[in-house]
Amino acid sequence: MPKRTDLRKIMIIGSGPIVIGQACEFDYSGTQACKALRADGYEIVLVNSNPATIMTDPEIADRTYVEPLTAEYLEAIIEREHPDAILPTVGGQTALNLSVELAEKGILERNNVQLIGASLNAIKMAEDRFWFKDTMGKIGLDVPLSVLVTKVDAALKACEKIGFPLIIRPSFTLGGSGSGTAYNREEFEEMVRWGIELSPVHEVLVEQSVLGWKEFELEVMRDHADNAVVVCSIENVDPMGVHTGDSITVAPAQTLTDKEYQRMRDAAFAVIRAVGVETGGSNIQFAVEPRTGRMVVIEMNPRVSRSSALASKATGFPIAKIAARLAVGYRLDEIPNDITKKTPSCFEPTIDYVVAKIPKWAQEKFPEADHTLGTQMKSVGEVMAIGRTFKEALMKGMRSLETGRKTPKPPQDPSELLRRLAVPHPERLWDLFFAFAAGHSVESLEEITHIDPWFLNQIQQIVELQGELKRFDEKSIPPPALREAKRFGFSDAHLGEIWNVSAESVRMRRAETGVRPVFKRVDTCAAEFESFTPYLYSSYEDEDEAAPTDRKKVLILGSGPNRIGQGIEFDYCCCHAAFALKEEGFESVMVNCNPETVSTDYDTSDRLYFEPLTFEDVMAIVEEEKPYGVIVQFGGQTPLNLARQLKNAGVPIIGTSPASIHLAEDRKQFGKLLERMDIPQPENGAAKNVEEALAIANRIGFPVLVRPSFVLGGRAMVVAYDEATLKNYVARAEELQQAFPILVDRFLENATEVDVDALSDGRDVLVAGIMQHIEEAGIHSGDSSCVLPPALIPESNRQTLREYTVKLARELKVVGLMNAQYAIQAGKVFVLEVNPRASRTIPYVSKATGVPLAKLAARLMVGRKLKEFGLPEELPVRSHYVKSPVFPFRKFPGVDTILGPEMKSTGEVMGIGETFGLAYAKAQIAAGLRVPTEGQVFISVNDHDKPGVIPIARDLAKMDFKLVATSGTAAILGKAGLRVEKVFKVNEGRPNVVDLIRNGSLAMLINTPLGKASRYDEKSIRHAAVQHGVSCITTLSAAAAIVSGIEAQRNQEIRVISLQELHQTAASA
Amino acid sequence: MEAVLALEDGRVFRGRGHGASNKRFGEVVFNTSLSGYQEILTDPSYAGQIVILTYPHIGNYGTNSLDSEAIQPYAEGLVVREICEAASNWRSEEEISNFLCHHNVPIISDIDTRALVMHLRKHGAMRGVLSTIGGGDTELVAEAKSSPSMVGLDLASRVTTQTRYEWTKPSGSIDGARAQESPKARFKVVAYDFGIKQNILRRLVDSGCAVTIVPASTSAREVLELKPDGVFLSNGPGDPEPVEYAARAVRGLLGRVPVFGICLGHQIIGLALGGNTYKLKFGHHGGNHPVLNLETNKVEITAQNHGFAVDPDSLNINEVVLTHRNLNDDTLEGLRHKSLPLFSVQYHPEASPGPHDSAYLFGNFVRMMEEFKKPGKA
Ligand SMILES: Nc1ncnc2c1ncn2[C@@H]1O[C@H](COP(=O)(O)OP(=O)(O)O)[C@@H](O)[C@H]1O
Ligand SMILES: Nc1ncnc2c1ncn2[C@@H]1O[C@H](COP(=O)(O)OP(=O)(O)O)[C@@H](O)[C@H]1O
Ligand SMILES: [Mg+2]
Ligand SMILES: [Mg+2]
Repeated sequence: MPKRTDLRKIMIIGSGPIVIGQACEFDYSGTQACKALRADGYEIVLVNSNPATIMTDPEIADRTYVEPLTAEYLEAIIEREHPDAILPTVGGQTALNLSVELAEKGILERNNVQLIGASLNAIKMAEDRFWFKDTMGKIGLDVPLSVLVTKVDAALKACEKIGFPLIIRPSFTLGGSGSGTAYNREEFEEMVRWGIELSPVHEVLVEQSVLGWKEFELEVMRDHADNAVVVCSIENVDPMGVHTGDSITVAPAQTLTDKEYQRMRDAAFAVIRAVGVETGGSNIQFAVEPRTGRMVVIEMNPRVSRSSALASKATGFPIAKIAARLAVGYRLDEIPNDITKKTPSCFEPTIDYVVAKIPKWAQEKFPEADHTLGTQMKSVGEVMAIGRTFKEALMKGMRSLETGRKTPKPPQDPSELLRRLAVPHPERLWDLFFAFAAGHSVESLEEITHIDPWFLNQIQQIVELQGELKRFDEKSIPPPALREAKRFGFSDAHLGEIWNVSAESVRMRRAETGVRPVFKRVDTCAAEFESFTPYLYSSYEDEDEAAPTDRKKVLILGSGPNRIGQGIEFDYCCCHAAFALKEEGFESVMVNCNPETVSTDYDTSDRLYFEPLTFEDVMAIVEEEKPYGVIVQFGGQTPLNLARQLKNAGVPIIGTSPASIHLAEDRKQFGKLLERMDIPQPENGAAKNVEEALAIANRIGFPVLVRPSFVLGGRAMVVAYDEATLKNYVARAEELQQAFPILVDRFLENATEVDVDALSDGRDVLVAGIMQHIEEAGIHSGDSSCVLPPALIPESNRQTLREYTVKLARELKVVGLMNAQYAIQAGKVFVLEVNPRASRTIPYVSKATGVPLAKLAARLMVGRKLKEFGLPEELPVRSHYVKSPVFPFRKFPGVDTILGPEMKSTGEVMGIGETFGLAYAKAQIAAGLRVPTEGQVFISVNDHDKPGVIPIARDLAKMDFKLVATSGTAAILGKAGLRVEKVFKVNEGRPNVVDLIRNGSLAMLINTPLGKASRYDEKSIRHAAVQHGVSCITTLSAAAAIVSGIEAQRNQEIRVISLQELHQTAASA
Repeated sequence: MEAVLALEDGRVFRGRGHGASNKRFGEVVFNTSLSGYQEILTDPSYAGQIVILTYPHIGNYGTNSLDSEAIQPYAEGLVVREICEAASNWRSEEEISNFLCHHNVPIISDIDTRALVMHLRKHGAMRGVLSTIGGGDTELVAEAKSSPSMVGLDLASRVTTQTRYEWTKPSGSIDGARAQESPKARFKVVAYDFGIKQNILRRLVDSGCAVTIVPASTSAREVLELKPDGVFLSNGPGDPEPVEYAARAVRGLLGRVPVFGICLGHQIIGLALGGNTYKLKFGHHGGNHPVLNLETNKVEITAQNHGFAVDPDSLNINEVVLTHRNLNDDTLEGLRHKSLPLFSVQYHPEASPGPHDSAYLFGNFVRMMEEFKKPGKA
């Protein structure tokens, strides 16, 4: 049966900002769904609050709404657009939960909207953990024993009979939020209470533990004619107890016999049928007892998931695209397989390689947090690697992670190693290598880690070979042994370390001996049929299948795994480069190793290399493809770090030259340049020790901003207000390698931070956007809300900003994009830094202006001139756009939520409104914060902020908010004639402010940092606020912004507008 | 141990040897299943063939006594990218290389199996020699060239049972927790053994049949004397044409007793109905082939293992209904007689290895026997 003709307009809900547990994979799936359904002739209305996505590009859907993902806003969009149906299954848990809410509130029925892909009943049965288990029992599948609880005391009683340890799993959450393992009563009570609170339906399932069992996932597709296939099986290296998102996983399953695998496949089909997911993809998780083979069902996700993105990339089977088409009535056998062209999609991909996924965590960003891995996901990104063997895939994956360091060193104390192995943590994979090197056996490590001996044995083989390699050096190694090492996945750099020589010498030896990789294709069928999509990976085999064309081509280096500071924005830019190059008649060749992304979709570029982004791996591709040019400025810091080395190896880097890139990155050299150009910068110096640091600080005056010279993304940056802090910092830095010289800058207090994005062809410069930050300088640009147009920056300053930006772009001979960060203090503009590359704000500015900056930049890089595009010197912005960050604090209980120069946010949202206030309010709502319109506001500010807070408090009082404040602030407000109630600080007695938060009697908090003395107090206030989802504002500028947001909210009903409409008015104006 | 695989067209692969020290020849074919190597290697249909497994890690879960399809391996040799010598699975009893070694089957590993598969895809299945006891390129290629060709070879007679025997074992349980109960046998089935896989027998028992296995050369009269409720024609190796004696037997059974055939059994039925068979370029060997059931319009993902196929155009459409079609290449996958109780499929509903989507066919066979038993029919 072909597609449905009773549907015309379909709404797709995206997953919102990038958070832990929900990342770019939903940009990938949503984008595929939009493209597929549009190609089938449907009109697509897309809603997503995340501007950094490809899916919110105005070309992807017919109508694109960058609006908060709440039922109220969706209702407004539905009423405006009248879609016939909603596809709820490609936007992660967010879209699924929202769809349930829309259905249950009657909004869908009232507006005559159907759910396609998954029915309300199916979603609820799968997501309601208890109902799901009950269903499993009915179809004869085994599940761990469990009890559903909604109250803590009832829970304890009920659970005593199951026995500890117990697993706590809240219903309708994602990424294991609120779940955990309780080993005793005390932990149990706390976790259950927390879980009940986090669950949108306030229930948790308390379950018998199956810790240490083998964990598997199957990705299943089903069409409405009940044809069902398994796209991919995935085995977790880390056994049950570590969230699949935090586990190293492998596709396909390695340790199941066919009988065991088929039993699981049968069960998966039984599950999808019982739950009633009629069309689309589902992910079903199983646990298998390693000694007896007993199999239990863990959960099902009735939607496209992170694992489906992985499965799609691992097999070449585009799950989201096909799920979308199945939802509109196609059958699996009616959809052709894009790769083979001749065969249908109704089949089960088979692969002749191994895929390994390794998560990437952000432990260095949250040093105080507990990094033990458990049932709640903590990783912020992942890499995937393809090899012909598990060993090769694993080793490629490990180098794809860009840990920014050489192979780590084992702990000194051998018993420490074993202790570390017993508890899953981000470094456990490396610890396993150390353990084998120290002579531990597979058996003993299995006992400690419960990792399947098959995986342990593979790692042991690598370690053994490493031992054997030590007997040689790069000169004496016989070619077959060198080839064997490469076949095991050893990188040149790793071999260089083993032999104490540079990676370059190993590379030379390989060149001499002809040991080089070939490229194989991912083709869904293990070479049974010819493949027409050049989706490639490298391996040390005999026959090369890359078959490069002789077209003029450009290689785009991607941004690797998501991490805090380098995320989806860069993937967005890389995809745009690919699109633009295609339009320019070039062949686009993408290199990346992140399976979550749109860039690693085989139809984003003409050719895709799924490879690590290291010098060695990129060179192999360059040698194979012989590109006309290589683009390094779109993938964030990852490719930039390779730029010089590539250039030196004769690789044609196009766009801004690596020398300019380096000049801008090297703060010392760049400082000199600014001096020469007469552009102000904060006074600064470089210190090699404590004395020098103190001398510099005293010269330029405290506070100072200190940072090690090598870091990126604001890492390890600290504001030192006094000598003690500075001394302490330098002392700690001494423990780090490469930390010196330490850079000491005058910290610009009370300065407004500004981001400027520009485009240049080397001569002309276009100022694309001047963005004013709401939080002042000192809070990392990525963690600050920012505003377009920059209404509060006086024209005189804007003129200066333009002038500096143009000068800098010319000086650096930028071809492509440039981002400059400034701070304006007391009317004077200082340059903080210049990044001659695509920045985090490019998608945001592109969406606000309607001009695709990354595309234009790519065109400039292949020789076009700015003049040809007919753009004004500065892009106009109609309406107001606010970008706000989203933080992962809920995942890291105990971490202070105070912001600083080190970036901590994982994602962002955009609010659009006719006024700044409205746009800001929308951005806050989109970021998941409440913008209260009534209630009680708590205020506690430092002395410096006391005068400034008065007008804010007055505005709030005018809007009938009740004010409560700590004594000092209360006194000031009282004196200003405001009615205010005094409340205790945490250490003053009870009930105190934290009690108020816990009781839900505060609508909002305004709390600026008071300094050391009250640190504990503030931390517990902010912590309580985060845990209870109350907005806690930590700067006065943000407080002022939220006040205008509240005003706007109170005075206006919900209004939504699509990007297409905005851009049209911008174009016609 | 060094190993060599030499193909008749002169291409030679050198890799590591495992399993038996030996030299064997056969037709080189590839199987794309991700799991199930033990079932594949012990499937008698692989007699006369050297098997390449496209999945690169083979041996991960060892071998066990439950997962064999016959009492010994039948493949002539095994070609893999990497062999695992440290199996991990609760049911594993023996490493794959030891298992094959006991049965004189050589293994070659560490070659670019994907390159080899692409070669066969382009040039078709071909003869080869696998040696783990050395040999020069030219000499081995010459041996490959002079080895017998599959076409016209009666391999079934080589692998069939010599004597009649009974089978009563149902499918076993793999987690030991829930032992499968043998259902009561309600039907008496005679199964022709052209190289039968044991899982077919287990499935028949699971479906309520008591099975008597007879040699390939058994005549229709001998079978009818056993008064069966149904006759089953098994899978088996190689070319169906030289097995004309079996086609003759089928003609003698047609209409007198319900008949169900799988794989070679299906091809023999095709011949018995007056059709022709032909050799496919490189055959179907894997566990992911989509087959459309033309009568229900549903797709089954099937296990397949055959190098020959029945030409649908050669069948008399007044007599035969084409019931199943392969969606990858449109080849014929199943047929039934319009009026008489007979049906067959080219693929493997008993799976093992492979998906269970087509297990319903055993139920269809049982229902056909039930119908036929009803008074007035026989
Ligand atoms: N009963 C259990 N015993 C031990 N570990 C469990 C159990 N249930 C779940 N887990 C672990 O917790 C992780 C998250 O649970 P899951 O139900 O899959 O939540 P999510 O919806 O976040 O994916 C699983 O990947 C698994 O490792
Ligand atoms: N001299 C300074 N005074 C005040 N704030 C600063 C100063 N230098 C940097 N910052 C703050 O630190 C943040 C990070 O610094 P930046 O130089 O942009 O490093 P990164 O490369 O991590 O973006 C900036 O966004 C800004 O808020
Ligand atoms: Mg899960
Ligand atoms: Mg910066």
